[in-house]
Amino acid sequence: MYENLNDTTTDAGIRAEGLGKRFGDFTALEDLDLVVPKGSVLGLLGHNGAGKTTTIRILTTLSVPTTGSATVAGFDVISQGAEVRKRIGVAGQSATVDGLLTGRANLEMVGRLYGMSKKDAAERADELLNRLGLTDAADKLVKEYSGGMRRRADLAATLVSTPPVLFLDEPTTGLDPASRNDLWEVLREQVAEGVTVLLTTQYLEEADRLADEIVVLDHGKVAAAGSPSQLKQRVGGDRIEVTLADAADAGPAAEALAGFAENEVHSDPGQGLVTAPVRAGTRLVEVVRSLDAAGIDVTDVHRRDATLDDVFLSITSNPKVEAHS
Amino acid sequence: MSETLILARRNLEHVRQIPEKLIDVTLQPLMFVLLFAFVFGGVIAVPDGDYKEYLIGGILVQTLAFGLMGPGVAIATDLGEGMIDRLRSLPIRRSSYLTGHIMAEMAATLLAIAVLSGAGLLVGWGIESSLPEAIGAYGLLVLFAFAMIWLGTLIGTMARSTDVVTGIAFMTVFPLTFLSNAFVPTESLPDGLRQVAEWNPISCVVAAVRTLFGNPTAIPGDAAWPLEHPVVASIGWCVLILAIVVPMTVRAFNRRTTD
Ligand SMILES: Nc1ncnc2c1ncn2[C@@H]1O[C@H](COP(=O)(O)OP(=O)(O)O)[C@@H](O)[C@H]1O
Ligand SMILES: [Mg+2]
Repeated sequence: MYENLNDTTTDAGIRAEGLGKRFGDFTALEDLDLVVPKGSVLGLLGHNGAGKTTTIRILTTLSVPTTGSATVAGFDVISQGAEVRKRIGVAGQSATVDGLLTGRANLEMVGRLYGMSKKDAAERADELLNRLGLTDAADKLVKEYSGGMRRRADLAATLVSTPPVLFLDEPTTGLDPASRNDLWEVLREQVAEGVTVLLTTQYLEEADRLADEIVVLDHGKVAAAGSPSQLKQRVGGDRIEVTLADAADAGPAAEALAGFAENEVHSDPGQGLVTAPVRAGTRLVEVVRSLDAAGIDVTDVHRRDATLDDVFLSITSNPKVEAHS
Repeated sequence: MSETLILARRNLEHVRQIPEKLIDVTLQPLMFVLLFAFVFGGVIAVPDGDYKEYLIGGILVQTLAFGLMGPGVAIATDLGEGMIDRLRSLPIRRSSYLTGHIMAEMAATLLAIAVLSGAGLLVGWGIESSLPEAIGAYGLLVLFAFAMIWLGTLIGTMARSTDVVTGIAFMTVFPLTFLSNAFVPTESLPDGLRQVAEWNPISCVVAAVRTLFGNPTAIPGDAAWPLEHPVVASIGWCVLILAIVVPMTVRAFNRRTTD
């Protein structure tokens, strides 16, 4: 997919060039290039303050960029804001539904504001409430909803007009795993119908599961970009994390782990922690055996998913492969 | 236009959902009516008539002045939460938000005026003037309410929280309405306070409403100019407030909803 980035037929999706945003002296976003072909998902990955929300606000016409330009669904976000707004659905970071209206009233209001008739708005509201499992709570005030329900109501409001381009700002932050899975499923359905999605997340796993392309933002700059498999290749898959009984063993432990690693082993002697991105199929017992054979005493060995921090760690320790944008 | 109505309906729905909002502009002034009419009324003398007839104009104006709180809190809430972003991402004109908001607040205000007039009639207040004058009185009340709603909207737009709005409302409206002729004739006030009360725009609006309803005004013979020409002065005050506050609000709203 990455090879198709310059394909001009992708104009119906999202395209940004040299996008930047300054707040006074502070640069929140710098020189961001993006192409999201129609019907694909771009995951914007980054810690708090990386510039994710800033990017979404610019692309959804809520904020004007200080540099660069962007088109959404083929329309310029600065000069054709009204056209853009007709074609997008936005789920903001703080759930943007009215707490003092019922779930149903929220959706009906949004539908009416899109110019739907009363009847159409009511039907669409019913349909979405049903789809997102909110039928039982439809006539309760949104302020009484749980966090997960509020998110779902928010997503429903975002989908009211059946928009061809969706923006979701950290849609699963604060959700329990079950609600997160539900939401992922709704998103996949949308994508299957040809909807273009830009979502932000702080979780590598989420970007990996949902996105066709990932852009990693760090302090407003692109730190890495590529498909999940490209990123995986660079970052490595699962991690094996070893906690040493004696921090002085960090060196030998890293050597012992190197045999299983598909990428650089990272040791943090200060914490007595050694982390290795391990090849698929590596067995934990073998790791423990080889540590034991090297005479290293450990207090904990476990396997975990790679995280965003691992991405940054591997980027900074392999600066050569960083450049990609 | 229909966007405006849809958004106005949303605000009115809020009033239905949080009855406190309505209580502020109905039950609370009713308490004032009862308290002043029956508890303090006996000890406050109005030279040119009955205290109950005097009182209602004051309470009407005080209620409308406090009416700046509702719109202030409403807009501060929308700006503080993500709601305004949701609305701004929809294909509607940005101005419909403000017009819908003002429209809903005006509707709530009309209800408050009606409830208070009814309560007044029950405790012995009455309209003693001609029909055109009575219409003028209600017209002035509506104009004043309109100015206060815009003022509240400005405060709410600039405030960073709803607490700031209620804080400002209490800190300004309470002193302004009590340092006026709303509840006691200015003549009974000590020197210094009396001058403040007579130049206070609230006094002037209260006096104008009383004049137009044909109620006792208790305007002293040597009152300050605005009190001697209350109707003209009140209209002047309202127009002045609107001329300053409306453009400021629109600018503040546009600024807060950009970026
Ligand atoms: N309106 C603003 N004024 C000043 N600084 C801002 C404003 N909005 C965002 N920022 C700053 O820009 C940076 C990026 O913010 P944001 O895009 O919200 O990050 P993210 O969504 O990735 O957490 C942060 O450091 C934030 O404090
Ligand atoms: Mg954010």
